Parts: sequence; C-alpha cells; structure tokens
Amino acid sequence: MKIQFELNGAPTAVEATPMARLLDVLREDLRLTGTKEGCGEGECGACTVLIDGRAINSCLVPVVQVRGAKVQTVEGLARDGRLHPVQQAFVDHGGAQCGICTPGFVVAAAELLARDPQPDAITIREALAGNLCRCTGYQKIIDSVARTLSGDEEAAR
Amino acid sequence: MAGAGTTPDDPYIGRGFVRADGPAKVTGAALYVDDVRPRGCLYGATVRSPVARGRLKGLRRDPDFDWTDVVIATAADVPGENVIALMTDDQPVLAHDELRHVTEPVALVAAPTRDRALAAARHVEVLYEALEPLFDPLKAADNPIRIFGDDNIFSRLEMVHGDGLDGMAQAEAAGARLVRGSYAVGLQEQLYIEPQGMIAQPREDGGLTIFGSMQCPYYIVKALKRVLGHDRLNVVQAVTGGGFGGKEEYPSMVAAHAAVLALKTGRPIKLIYRRDEDLQATTKRHPAFMTYTTAVDPASGRILAADVDLLFDGGAYNTLSPVVLSRAILHALGPYAVPHARLNARMVATHTPPNGAFRGFGAPQVMFAAERHLDRVARAMGFDPVALRRTNLYRDGDVTPSGQRLFDVASLEVLDRALAAAEAPLPPSMVATRPGGGQAAGRRKAGRGLAIAWHGCGFTGNGEAALAGEADVSIDGHHVLIHTASTDIGQGTDSIFPAIVADVLGVDVQRVHNAPHDTADVPDSGPTVASRTAMVVGRVVEQAAHSLLDALRAEAQWPGAEDADFDTLLERRPSDAPLRVRARYEDAGAEWDPETYRGDAYPTYGWSCVVVDVEVDTDTGEVLYRRLVQATDVGKALNPVLAAGQLEGGALQGLGYATSEAVVLDDRGAMRNNRLTNYIIPTALDAPPMETILVEYPFAGGPFGAKGIGEIPHDVPAPAVAAAIEDATGAVLDRLPMTPEAVLDALEARETPAETPGAAR
Amino acid sequence: MMTSAAPVHTPADLADALALRAAHPAAWLLAGGTDIMVYLEAHAIDPPAFIDLWGLPELRGVDSRGDHIRVGACADYTTLIDDPAVRAHLPPLVEAARTVGARQIQNRGTIGGNIANASPAGDTMPVLLALDAVLELQSAARGLRAVPLADFYTGYKRTVMAPDELIAAVRIPKPAKADRLHFRKVGTRLAQSISKVVLGGRLRLDGDTVTEARLGWGSVAATPVRSPKAEAALVGQALSPSTIEAAVAALDGDITPIDDVRSTAGYRVRVAGRILRSWLESLRG
Ligand SMILES: Cc1cc2nc3c(=O)[nH]c(=O)nc-3n(C[C@H](O)[C@H](O)[C@H](O)COP(=O)(O)OP(=O)(O)OC[C@H]3O[C@@H](n4cnc5c(N)ncnc54)[C@H](O)[C@@H]3O)c2cc1C
Ligand code: FES
Ligand code: FES
Repeated sequence: MKIQFELNGAPTAVEATPMARLLDVLREDLRLTGTKEGCGEGECGACTVLIDGRAINSCLVPVVQVRGAKVQTVEGLARDGRLHPVQQAFVDHGGAQCGICTPGFVVAAAELLARDPQPDAITIREALAGNLCRCTGYQKIIDSVARTLSGDEEAAR
Repeated sequence: MAGAGTTPDDPYIGRGFVRADGPAKVTGAALYVDDVRPRGCLYGATVRSPVARGRLKGLRRDPDFDWTDVVIATAADVPGENVIALMTDDQPVLAHDELRHVTEPVALVAAPTRDRALAAARHVEVLYEALEPLFDPLKAADNPIRIFGDDNIFSRLEMVHGDGLDGMAQAEAAGARLVRGSYAVGLQEQLYIEPQGMIAQPREDGGLTIFGSMQCPYYIVKALKRVLGHDRLNVVQAVTGGGFGGKEEYPSMVAAHAAVLALKTGRPIKLIYRRDEDLQATTKRHPAFMTYTTAVDPASGRILAADVDLLFDGGAYNTLSPVVLSRAILHALGPYAVPHARLNARMVATHTPPNGAFRGFGAPQVMFAAERHLDRVARAMGFDPVALRRTNLYRDGDVTPSGQRLFDVASLEVLDRALAAAEAPLPPSMVATRPGGGQAAGRRKAGRGLAIAWHGCGFTGNGEAALAGEADVSIDGHHVLIHTASTDIGQGTDSIFPAIVADVLGVDVQRVHNAPHDTADVPDSGPTVASRTAMVVGRVVEQAAHSLLDALRAEAQWPGAEDADFDTLLERRPSDAPLRVRARYEDAGAEWDPETYRGDAYPTYGWSCVVVDVEVDTDTGEVLYRRLVQATDVGKALNPVLAAGQLEGGALQGLGYATSEAVVLDDRGAMRNNRLTNYIIPTALDAPPMETILVEYPFAGGPFGAKGIGEIPHDVPAPAVAAAIEDATGAVLDRLPMTPEAVLDALEARETPAETPGAAR
Repeated sequence: MMTSAAPVHTPADLADALALRAAHPAAWLLAGGTDIMVYLEAHAIDPPAFIDLWGLPELRGVDSRGDHIRVGACADYTTLIDDPAVRAHLPPLVEAARTVGARQIQNRGTIGGNIANASPAGDTMPVLLALDAVLELQSAARGLRAVPLADFYTGYKRTVMAPDELIAAVRIPKPAKADRLHFRKVGTRLAQSISKVVLGGRLRLDGDTVTEARLGWGSVAATPVRSPKAEAALVGQALSPSTIEAAVAALDGDITPIDDVRSTAGYRVRVAGRILRSWLESLRG
C-alpha cells in the first residue's frame, strides 16, 4: 500500500507492506542507512528515530503507523551543512567510537535536549538507557550530551 | 581542535584531537557492511546443526516451500579445501560428516531478499544420527568420547619458575602458611552492537572481493586462499561496529560462506547475521576453572611460592585457543612478584560452540582468580588487602615467572593514584543516582573494592619478529596516505596513525589519512589484536613517516634539503612521480624460548588499578555501581580522549562480566538467552560514573612512548567488584558472573542471628 | 525484515474499531506494537490481520473523574509519567511506568497493551492490582462491561476478554490519604529490564492497625496475581514484627514461580518475601 508521511521535513510516499518495519522502509526502500539495526527487538536503540518529536525504535514500528506523521532520522538532524549541536558535541568529546550506536544516541539525545536543554547526569542516563553502547562505557556519551552547546553558545562558536 | 597547525611545540599527539571519522559517524554517513547493497546482490543465510554431536545424514528441503529462486550450497560446493585455516586445520567451512557443536554451519542458502533467504534456511532440515556429546570440561581430558587428538586437549603448558614446587616445600618448612582456593568464570559474549556481516563480490578475473565487518583482513586472505584454492582475492574492511576480539577470527567463517555462495551463484552475496544467530553461533570468552595454592610468609605477607592449575574450555574447535592459554598462564600470578612457582594450564575440547578471541585473551580469567586469591590470603591471614598488594606488587628489577626482568614498573603509582582519586568525593555533576525507586535504603550496603592488573602489550615472545609487520606511507598530491591492514574498530586507528604521521612530518592532520584497509593495497601490518596496533604498528607507521622524509630528501638535489621541512621538500620535488615508502617492524631482539616459556614474554607491560564503589541490595543480591576509578599506565596517551574512552568502555565490559553477563546453555549446548533482552549488558543507568587517570611510563619501543591499552581495562573490574561486595556485606564470591541469584545465596549463607561484621578494607 | 504480510485495518474511530473487531475475530489488535513486533521478529505469531488502535484519540486520554482516574487503553507510558493527575494520585504507577523498558519503549508502549499482552512479568499490573483497578471492556454487540483486573486473567496469557472485545480504558480508584503505596521491581538491570519479581502494594492503616491490604505481584505465577493469604495475614492486625513475619510466611502459599532463563523459582520466592518484609518494616517507621 502507499504510505505518505513527512521525512526529515519533506513529504514522502513509499509503496510498502503495512506491517513492514519502519526501519526497513528507511534503510532498504528510502536508502537512509544512518538508522542502524542492532537487535530488531527494541533493546539496543540503534534504530531510534523521532516520530512526531518522540524517540522511538523504528524496528518496532509498522510503517502503516507513521501515515501522516513527522519522521526524523539522524540524516535530518544536521541543518544547512552544520551538525546539530549534539552531533558536534559527540565529535568533540569522544561520544562516538565504533559509531554503530551513535545515530541512535544522537537522535535520543536530541529528543532529550528538546524538552530539557540542560539535563543533569542522571537525567541524561535515564533518557539514554534505551540505547546500548559497548564501546564507550557511556561516560563520554553522557559528557557529550552534558556539554552540548545551546543555540546561543553554538552561534558564538 | 581540528585544523590547528602542528609544530614541534604544539603536536597532535597527546592532545584530544577529534577523530577523523567523527562527523561521518554522527551523521549516519559512515557505511557499515549492512549499509551497502551491491547491484544484483543475493542474500545469504546459514543452515546450522541442531545437535551438539552427530553424524550428518543429509538435508531435507521442505516440499511445501517454494524453492524456485533459492540456491543451496553444501560442503561439496567448497571449491578448495573445506577448512578455516587458523592454527590447526580442524574446523570446516561447512560440516560434511561429523557435527561437533550445535549451530555448526552445515549448508548455505542464497535468495533475492533477506527474508526469503532466512525463510529458506528455516525450511532446510538437517538429518543426522545423534551421538552422545561431551559437555563437561572437567571430564574432557582423556574421555573416551574423542573430539580433538587422542586426549581432547588442544594445548597444554607448564612453567616452572625459581625452584618451582620445591620452593613451596621450602617455604612451608620455614613457616609459611599455605592458602588454597578455587575460582571459576563462565562464558562471556563480546556483544559488538553491529552483528557479523560480509559481502562477497565476484571480480572480473574470476576472483572475489570480500567486504565486511572485521578486525583482521589478512586472516581472511589466509583462510580464503585455501577455501578458494587460489589467491585472486582482496579483502576490504567496512566501517566496523565493534569487535572486542569477536571479529578477529570469526569473520573468516562468514567470509568463506559468502564466498562459496558467490562462486556458486556468480552474484554478489550479502550475508548478515541476525542477533540471535550471532549470539548462538559465534565465539565467546573461554570459561575457566582455576586453582591456586600459595605459600605466604605470615609476618610480612610476602607470597613465597605458588602452584597454579588452569583449565580452560575451548569448545569444539581449536580456533586461537592455544594463544589464549599462553596469555593466561603468563598473566596467572597477577602483577605480583613470586620467587618460586609452578604453573600448569590445559585447554580442553567440548561439544560446545568454539570459544575464541575476546578482549584480554585469557587474562581477565586468570586475573580474577589471582586477585580473588590475594583477598583470600588477606582474609585467611588477617592482612589488609591493600597493604598485602603493596607488599607483593612488582617493582623495578623484579623477575616474572618467565624470567623477564621488569623495568619502569608503574604498579605502585597506579595504586596510589587510583586510591587518592577515590578518596576525593565524586563531583556532584557526575552523580548518577536518584532517590526513590522503591528500594529500601536500609537494605543497601555500600562497599569499595580494589584490584590491580598488569597486561603484556603486543604479541607474546618473538611473535612480532616472526610476523614482521609492515606499513607504507605514500604521497597523494598534497596529501599523505598511510597504508596498513590495521583496522579501526572504534578504537581510533584511523585517527591515531594520521596524528602520528602529521607530527613526524609537521603537517596539518587534515592532510593525512589512512588509506582504505584493502589487502589489494595495504601490506600486512598484522592483525588488530593484542593491544598491539597503536604501540607496534604505530611505531612502524612512525618509522615509515621518517622514511618518507628521508626519501624526499634523497631525491632532492638542492642544497639545504637535509634540513628542509616536508612542505618545502614536497614543493620542490623534481618530479611528481608517485612516492611510497615501506617500513617494517624492527626486532628489538626479544629473547624468548617458546618451548620452555622462558624469556621476555612481552615487549612491555601496562599497569592498572581499578577502584569500584558498589551498593549491594541485601534483599535481592543486586549490585549497584556507584563509581569506578581507574588509574592506568598507557605509556603515552597519544590521544587522551580516545585513550580514556577505550579504558572506560573496557571497564564497563568488565563490570558486565562481573555481575550480569551470564550465558545460559541448553541441553544441546546452545545459548538459551540469545537475545539482548536476556543477555544482560549494562545500560547507561547501570554504568557508574567513571573517572580515568592516565599514567604515563613511556615505552621506548612504542610511538612517542605509547603502550597498548586495548585490553587491560577489562582485566580487573570483576575482582574489584567481588572485593567491593565482600567489603559491603562480608559475602565471598569466587565465581563469575556474580548474578543477584549468586550474591543472594552468598548473603544467605552468612545470615546468622549475630550480624557478622564486614571484611576489613 | 518483513515481519508480516498481513493486512492492517485502520478504524476511523472507536465505533469503527469495535465493528472491525466483531467482523475479524482472528485479527490482532495493534496498539504501540512493542510486544507484537517482537513476536513477529521471533516468528512467534502469524496473525491473519491487524486492527490498528494507535491513532484513535478516544482511547488515549487520561481523565481525573471524582474518585477515580480513567486512563485510556492506548495511553503510553510517557503520557502517564507526565500526567499531573497520575503523578498526584498514583505515584507508584508513575514509578512502574518509569521502569518499563526505557524512553523509546515508554514513548510507544501502552497500558492497554501491557494488560492485554498478559505477560506475568508486565510491570503495571501489580500496581494496578494493588489499586483495585477496573477494566472497561467494550464490544459492538454488548457495549461496555467493567471487569476488575483481579478477575481478568484466567491462566497463562489467558483472559476473560471475548474475541469481539477490546480494552477501552482502565479505571483506577484514587487511593485514600491514609493509604501507603509501594512499587518495587527486581529486574535484570536498571533499564530495558524484564522483571524477576514485581510488587505493587497498598496498605490502609488506622493507627498502626492494617484495615485493608492489597499486594499485587508479577513474575511469581502464571499471571499477575494478588496474594490473598498474605493480605489476610495483615488485615485486622497491628503491623508488628510478628504480623510481618506471618504475612511473609503466608506469601509462600500464594505464589508459584518457575525457573526460566532469567532467574530461578527459588530466587523469586525468597526475594518476594524479602522485599515484602522490607516494605512492611519501613512502614513501622
Ligand atoms: C525493549 C522492550 C522493553 C520492554 N520492557 C518492558 C518492561 O520493562 N515492563 C513491561 O511490563 N513490559 C515491557 N515491554 C513490553 C511492552 O512494551 C509492554 O507490554 C507494552 O505495554 C505493550 O503495549 P503495546 O501498546 O506496545 O502493545 P502491542 O504490542 O500493540 O500489543 C500487545 C498485546 O495487547 C493487545 N492489545 C493492545 N491494545 C489492546 C487493547 N486496547 N485492547 C485489547 N487488546 C489490546 C494486542 O493485541 C497484543 O496482544 C518491553 C518491550 C520491549 C520491546
Ligand atoms: S534494532 Fe531497534 S532497538 Fe535494536
Ligand atoms: S560506539 Fe561502539 S557501540 Fe557505541
């Protein structure tokens, strides 16, 4: 069936089986491979995207359920060739190692920062507990989010 | 930051320069194997043995399944030898007669979509005659059920140091006290977040290109030459989503399978493991059973002699097990000077999926035992655990069990630095607990534990000399390329090598890149393992950069060229002919006898002290991590941010090993908890705030003094946790993992009407 | 991977959903999909069709109505965590919601899905049992009926819900001021964790005498259960050490846990008793 939704700000239509995973539609049909698959069952968060502003595991969403929704993937975070502040912070503070978990983390962190621009460490840990990372031990990821610059600081850079 | 110039006063090395692949990774642009879809590719899937041991009788295709677009390959389709060449030739590409472990690959399918391929694999039934399996490693040696050789022992090592057991007898006669303990550890999964995956693409010349997730491209070249029967192949590393040893040898298997299907179909094959398949089929950390007897001087606490017995379970095939055993025996006494010792180690075969490389490579197992044993000595003889360690730690000039004299030993400094840091309160900005959650605060008991590691950097003995790893550096216009087979699996090789070369040449790091790790181009710099890449290959790369300068100077015909800088030399080159230079590992003349295990076991050692704070919930046995401090000797921190990141990631893997990462096997030896919902690795909420202190005792053989740091962080978090649990509750745990179930048992064993005080710190 | 080729019916409103439910009794209701998609990935189910409830506003609201709070079946955990009335009156439900999976699951999983999925390890049911929650089951043919959650489960993954019914809402009585509430989850880790034992508790005290006791449990039987024997050991008694020990002892007769890949029956029995004792002791001040 034909599914229409907004993807990274642009209207999008795909032909897909209704129960196809949003993850596969993004990766295979739309060739947006920044969203990763680490488990296929909601545990690792590597497939995190924003649906109407909320962080969701795209491996658990049948594509039929995003009809009419706003979907944002890691590819849609950077604006005008500039990294999203949290992406920049991951680059600057060692938040990414092997990087397979990183798209999921930056998307989940973007959701957090949108509702709480200055989260403390425990808030960050709670918000990112649905994303597994095996490389960093999380400390540099927490640091990256905590040190993400606000819009003003970013502009002053 | 990036873009800053480099001068002798302002080098990249030693600073937190940003990683080269950072932007691609945070934007999702980095291409992992599953992100690539060659035109016309088919998808592969693997049919696996349903039994631990059996005789293969054939395959049966479900007659109700639509097979029209499915190709099946079996052992008969392997063009060359049906073997995965590694240390011994015991493991087949596809089983042909004997089934030796559950999940052993038996057949392959290819189909136009991944769904079809996976469905087809599920509809192939493996027919077999079941035979009685052997699972118990303690009964494996000399068992009438034969798996390997005539005694089921993959390898056996013995070391005698000083007067060996005579030393023990003398010490005892002189009044030393004997303390004996047994320790055991279970399987652990690497759990890289990107599952195994490989693409095999037919080449025009009838050969193959292999592209995928891997640590060691030349391992795959070596294995596939025999599988294919020719060497028309090149192996290219994709961006790799973690390895931790799990992508050291296993990718050869995945690549061989993709290759067999590609040859049979003439099409590119993409073979990506499902997570549940990856967990059940691929290698894990070896379980071990370890018994220590030590003679200890009751007055001073000095360990005078030790008798150590190690039994490791290799699983059904040999893989790299002998090397794991070698590292285990060499690290078995921990970072402590013991004048007399006898050490015995055996690696046995069982009908379980083969165990293999995993960060630490045998060291985390034995150092759990060594550190727990020291705590046992402290407990039994009334010593303070920290003081006891201080008494026995290696110092400059001490001699290891292999007879190696140690210099620049950082053991005491890492101990003092970690203790001092842990004394300071945790910065409020790092606090990671929230009140509430329903837990009764009164039921929580806090404790602190400490453990110390040493870790030999690089290959054992003359391994590097035998390998003689090579690296090239070349000029590409204005840019410089580094050509090695040393992959970046997250640890930052693709950023560290360019920084080394940029500093040698005095250029902006933006102009220096690692060339794609493609065996058609790069020389064999050796595998990305054993904490050797930055230290050993980094040094070769450093030398290659110097050779490049030398080559430029040699071709310059003008006066003053010998003092000119790189850019001037480049500008004034007589021609723009390609220039590529090679450097090779220079043998420092390590003296090592692989027969007697005497000599310089490793070129140098790293040292680390880990302090862990826990709270134990005495209602449930849950262990909550509150803080982890580590002080680690890294030689020289080439990049402090990357170094700390490595150490922190390794430490968390060690905490998972300590309390949550249990592998539960069913009655066929298959992992029952083969999903991320029940193989429990820590989340950000489980992980403690971590403080990492980089101690620098430079190693002359490493670039800028760097030592390998990849493995040491995994070595002793687990015994530190055990000590912290003991400190908090008095409960003694000598087995891993220390699950809540095990902790509760230990707590209940102690629960007597009279409250027993906690063990001394 | 393609998880299912089955068609999905998308009702326009609740009435439409009930009509579809009646017309397609073998179809599965689909809410947040956090259970269903996992089953599909594991090839554990193969439904002929789905009826998608996710987009129905009638099923999503949370209303505070006099003596109870009515939570629409498709309310997700994040909504519960953020809802002022739920926060004010039902703190243990907020606690429970905060321990479900982690943020991504909380953003998608629903309370109705948790209840209907009927896993013995579901985290909200012990609290809802303790709070005397009542389910609104609705069908096109028979309209609305109210079923106490305590009567909903009939066996492992079995419920009294008829094939043409769905859960429309959960009605949760607001606890009295004197009620002591409790939630305790013992899981495999601190997030993304399936429970080994869960306790939801509500105790009404008159002075130090227990006048009402509700103990809801997860992962200790084939369904979420209350523990009538332990509750009976408490009611009418002063909350003394001996009462507490009697309740803990009685609990053994209420629960029948099993060994599974996550834990053992023995651990669950011991831990259930220990966390009950700790809570009750903490109430003695
Ligand atoms: C990674 C992960 C972690 C999880 N962690 C937890 C946890 O910590 N604790 C916990 O309890 N659960 C956990 N779950 C399970 C799951 O998230 C919850 O059970 C969730 O509440 C299910 O809701 P849903 O809307 O997603 O259900 P769905 O998957 O949409 O449906 C589940 C079942 O309920 C039925 N159903 C849904 N809505 C209705 C309705 N209104 N009326 C009748 N039947 C209905 C469906 O037909 C199906 O049988 C976890 C799941 C994942 C993937
Ligand atoms: S792939 Fe979706 S959560 Fe792991
Ligand atoms: S950076 Fe490798 S898993 Fe997170």
